[in-house]
Amino acid sequence: MVQNKSWTTRMTKGSLYVLMALITFLSLAPILYTVAVSFSDKAAAAAGKVTLWPVGFNTAAYSTILNDNNFLGSFFVSVKRVFVGGIINFLITVLMAYPLSRQASEFRFRDSYMWFIIVTMLFSGGIIPLYILMKYLGMFDTIWALVLPTAVPVFNVILLMNFFRSIPKELSEAGHIDGAGPWYMLMKVFIPLSAPALATVTLFSIVNHWNSFFDGLIFMRSMENYPLQTYIQQFVVQTNLQNISSVERIEMFKKLSNQTLNASKIVIGMLPILVIYPFLQRYFIHGIMLGSVKE
Amino acid sequence: MKHSIFQKHYHMMLLPGMILLIVFSVIPMVGIVLAFQDFKMGLGITKSPWIGLENFKYMFEMKDSRSIFFNTINIAFWKIIANSVVPLIFAILLNEVRKVAFKRWVQTIVYLPHFLSWVILSGIIIDLLSLDGVVNNALQAFGMEPIMFLGSNSLFPVIVVSSDVWKEFGFNAIIYLAALTGINMTLYEAAEIDGASWLQKLKYVTLPGIAPTIVLLGTLSIGNILNAGFDQIFNLYNPLVYESGDIIDTYVYRVGIVQAQFGLATAVGLMKSVIGLILIVISYRLASRFANYRIF
Repeated sequence: MVQNKSWTTRMTKGSLYVLMALITFLSLAPILYTVAVSFSDKAAAAAGKVTLWPVGFNTAAYSTILNDNNFLGSFFVSVKRVFVGGIINFLITVLMAYPLSRQASEFRFRDSYMWFIIVTMLFSGGIIPLYILMKYLGMFDTIWALVLPTAVPVFNVILLMNFFRSIPKELSEAGHIDGAGPWYMLMKVFIPLSAPALATVTLFSIVNHWNSFFDGLIFMRSMENYPLQTYIQQFVVQTNLQNISSVERIEMFKKLSNQTLNASKIVIGMLPILVIYPFLQRYFIHGIMLGSVKE
Repeated sequence: MKHSIFQKHYHMMLLPGMILLIVFSVIPMVGIVLAFQDFKMGLGITKSPWIGLENFKYMFEMKDSRSIFFNTINIAFWKIIANSVVPLIFAILLNEVRKVAFKRWVQTIVYLPHFLSWVILSGIIIDLLSLDGVVNNALQAFGMEPIMFLGSNSLFPVIVVSSDVWKEFGFNAIIYLAALTGINMTLYEAAEIDGASWLQKLKYVTLPGIAPTIVLLGTLSIGNILNAGFDQIFNLYNPLVYESGDIIDTYVYRVGIVQAQFGLATAVGLMKSVIGLILIVISYRLASRFANYRIF
């Protein structure tokens, strides 16, 4: 009887591990498949022979896109927006989180500012007024259209603010007694103590900037200003969707489509995320948990 | 007050962010007056004719408006349900895994799709689901007819909801996993001594232990009932599935930005923002009353 029970327990335990492994595999399989297609022979991919391992391994697709100036141009637009936008996000986040992390007794207008920020987070005029504003400001086709509307990452500000609040008050008090002003406290005490939270918000803003496509689509009039995600949206996703919608096109499309080339563009489109992912996932859970500590 | 000399420094720190919020959030909020105009780019806000509620009247009389509203709520509703239930089950099962290294591997991999954009994931999904894609090849191997997945109105909402669950279930499970680790281990030990089975422990210890988290997340999700997920649908839909997949946000984009009917699109967007705001306020109220939740 006892033996029987332990046997069934072991069976259930075993199936739990199998199930978890299966779920994990399903999360990764579509991504592995795309990487495999991108390194496969064109004909093998078109014949549907590729699953999770390249068939007829070659890097032809990658040499093609490395010579594609539109693709490379878009790649650099994305790199530029990540740098410029990331730096702006970082400065704004730090500068806003610190005063907002002070008690209302210390900073009188703290709650008014906070309400203002919450209102901008909860209500928006929608995409059309912003579109018209950007046109009047003459920001179409400039990098500013990609970095300024998202310059204040409210979620990051709140996350860092909560982290700053978890730093013991005694530290601030001691600093102020020694004559340290707000700028000194922020630069020399709060920032050095907040590495995990700062890493988290920085990674979030890098990911957001890299992944955005819609602002590029509506604010950029000429193709050479498209960030990479917009380029992929227009020339891979949109093209493929148009071909779904008409049955007669499908046959023609089959002959013309270049699955391996599209797959390689998609792989490059997710590469930076995959590269920073190990850091991302190490920090973000830690950072979120720390940031969610409330008094 | 000893800190009064610091006040102006605090204001200065907030100044750049405030200016940016005023320009890119508050001015567009004022821009909702467009909803009451027949706005023309050349005439601008001051010279475009005021037409009262014409845009709203048109919106309610339009034949598509009911289906757009229904599609939005339909997709958002099933996403809310599936995105709560699947991560919850996954978290409970993962919590049973005792091998730490295995658990960490699983977590690392299932969180990954959350960080990839819908542009990338749609590109992959369209390829997998195309007529000569992997999924249809497999169906044909079993002797079935190929299915035009992304061209079918009955399948499109299902694909949208399930691919969203695929992308987000791991990430959404984080909060449940955190709540599960918060359950007092002695409760499990006591239950074991009393001879409780796995199901009994689930029913009497685990679920009551994370009930507050479930209630809180459920309440907060009320505010999302009009957010069907623009990025995803925009990258998966096509004219064949407008009937089942066109949502408020995609409609606003096509009418406003593609067709330049700015007044009408702003009216539709405004409608959504107002209903969304009311729902968020209600859900925060409920959350603060029943779960002691505070946003800041």
